[in-house]
Amino acid sequence: MQVFKGVLLASGETTDITVEGSQVTKVGKTTESGLDCPGLMALPGFVDLHTHLRQPGYEASETVLSGSRSGAAGGYTALFAMANSDPVADTASVVEQVMKLGEEAGLLEVRPIGAVTKGLAGTELSALGLMANSKAKVKVFSDDGHCVHDPLVMQRALTYVKGLGAVIAQHAQEPRLTEGSQMNSGELSTELGLKGWPSVAEESIIARDALLAEQVGARLHICHLTTAGAVDVVRWAKARGIQITAEVTPHHLMLTEDLVRSYDPVYKVNPPLRRTEDTLALREGLIDGTIDIIGTDHAPHSSEKKDCEWEQAAFGMVGLEHAASVAQEVLIESGASDWKRFTEVMSSKPAEIGSLEGHGTIAEGQPANLVLLDPAASRTVTAVTHSLSHNNPFAGRELKGRVVHTVFRGKFSVKDGKVKNA
Amino acid sequence: MKHLTSIRELDTGSAIAILDNADELGAVNSREVKKLPALRGKTVVNLFYENSTRTRISFEIAAKRLSADVINFAAATSSVSKGESLKDTAQTLEALGADAIVIRHPMSGAAQTLATKGWISGSVVNAGDGSHEHPTQALLDALTIRQIKKSGDDLAGIKVLIVGDIQHSRVARSNVLLLSLLGAEVTLAGPETLLPKTFAAMGCKISHSFEEALAEKPDVVMMLRVQRERMQGTFFPSEREYAAKWSLSGERFKMLGNQTIILHPGPMNRGFEISNEAADDPRSAVLTQVRNGLSVRMAVLYKLMAGEG
Ligand SMILES: [Zn+2]
Ligand SMILES: [Zn+2]
Repeated sequence: MQVFKGVLLASGETTDITVEGSQVTKVGKTTESGLDCPGLMALPGFVDLHTHLRQPGYEASETVLSGSRSGAAGGYTALFAMANSDPVADTASVVEQVMKLGEEAGLLEVRPIGAVTKGLAGTELSALGLMANSKAKVKVFSDDGHCVHDPLVMQRALTYVKGLGAVIAQHAQEPRLTEGSQMNSGELSTELGLKGWPSVAEESIIARDALLAEQVGARLHICHLTTAGAVDVVRWAKARGIQITAEVTPHHLMLTEDLVRSYDPVYKVNPPLRRTEDTLALREGLIDGTIDIIGTDHAPHSSEKKDCEWEQAAFGMVGLEHAASVAQEVLIESGASDWKRFTEVMSSKPAEIGSLEGHGTIAEGQPANLVLLDPAASRTVTAVTHSLSHNNPFAGRELKGRVVHTVFRGKFSVKDGKVKNA
Repeated sequence: MKHLTSIRELDTGSAIAILDNADELGAVNSREVKKLPALRGKTVVNLFYENSTRTRISFEIAAKRLSADVINFAAATSSVSKGESLKDTAQTLEALGADAIVIRHPMSGAAQTLATKGWISGSVVNAGDGSHEHPTQALLDALTIRQIKKSGDDLAGIKVLIVGDIQHSRVARSNVLLLSLLGAEVTLAGPETLLPKTFAAMGCKISHSFEEALAEKPDVVMMLRVQRERMQGTFFPSEREYAAKWSLSGERFKMLGNQTIILHPGPMNRGFEISNEAADDPRSAVLTQVRNGLSVRMAVLYKLMAGEG
């Protein structure tokens, strides 16, 4: 038995949490002694609907184990692993392999995402039903990294996936409008001579897919919103009653295109960093519920993919170990929202979108998946984390909030800031 | 100052100092013994990922006139993606003794990356990076205008019109920044698809009519080449239509004032963006540009390399 004494809940209440075996058995004051947790928030373990774990295929950048360690250090108890591995997760055997690697690591729950189309090529449907019925029980499908751009393929996929009770997570990027694109389209891309990535390339796909989802009656999730216009389109679609959910990354909430002036590829990401007014619209959308969740889009790359010319470099940034601090900055430190909303965007809502049980709540009789964090602590982000890759655009920044303990199925995956060895 | 990768690194004073120095060095170029000992014992490497014989030769002669040793390293374009990395190439060249690397590269930002990544300790001169900048070209254009217009230190009040494929032009970007820094009024003109309105933020005016722009009586008209090699897809209906609207020929050429300077960074497409009539007119300063290219590059290499050690 483990008792966390004197923790602060998102509701503002101070209480004790009793964990027995893998479950929470009591949320409330107890006379039992335990671990004193003065000043620590106890929240449901975080759930990331958008992680690139890179295994199989790119083990120099990340493995399921190293990504699990990074996730646990960031307070996560579940990660959804994107399908753009090599081989692509477009068959039952690959998703089962990824799930098995996650169980072996044992630090958090790894939920494989299946590809929508074979080889992410955007033409033929992958083994959607076989993946859904496999041991991995896939509930989220995505070609992330690529947009399912053919409207007929998208319409069929939405229809088919609806029958499986699953959801499609769309990487909204019109391919013709973004051929060779390097950064946000605007005055800065003009000056820097880098090919622009117009916001309409994102917004037009979201609008199209919202209408397709409405027609089919399917659920649709939009990955990584980046523009004020995209927030407007999602807001419109929700008002219309369309079953759409949306995600934003930590980096798009806080970082802007001005960083590209350095031509430092650590700031190169797909979709690109946008303008200050976009980050403000994304924050507003996250607070008012237009945007449902924070997804990290944790995209590790080995150093040679970033230690080169901007146009030559790979797109992507790591995110698992600072996402909660960014959420705290945007929702709490700003004074604009509260810990309940924080819990929704970091944990309960991503669990709901991904049909993931046993996460997203701290309740008696439920699995003990929780995080204890010290919101008063300040820390300087370092490039070197538990990830195998160091492409961290927040390195050197001072952020608030530190994960002290992470508990997965009743056991510490992180204790006193130290990740348990698997 | 250690590197020159963008006009943004200059202020008005340092830009004028380079031009003044170039004027002095230009006098050396007309002497019988053309060499100065300033960079004796130093090595300059021309690292060219794009073919540009003109620019490469200009840098080569400039370095030699300052008594530097010169190595030309022509990296084929394909090697950017397939061969050795820029980092490894640059470190190899430095290990072989390069004190400065003059880099021409098809990707925007490559020179700045080379200067700031910490791969090498020597100087970096940008000889053209993608569609981004070509600072020594802008300096030689400014010097040419200043000499012909006898405008004093800077270019205050001089009206410069730059015409053509602005979108893909590093020459246009460097010139907008430098000429406006020196007090000139710069107008860019070209078809809407090759001149997005976002250029205005760099500190210039925008026009989509050559005639209207010429009616403003510019003191300088700079014609740019259409850069097919940087274009993906279609930007205008046909070459004929482009030439009809944007070539410096016929009636448009007649609109120029008696003292209007005609510039072109070269190589020229005669009969396309510029007519023979304009290219060979006494008001054309293209050969002065070439000569000034030499003295400006000498001044830049001297400024970056002679100070240290
Ligand atoms: Zn994506
Ligand atoms: Zn992604």
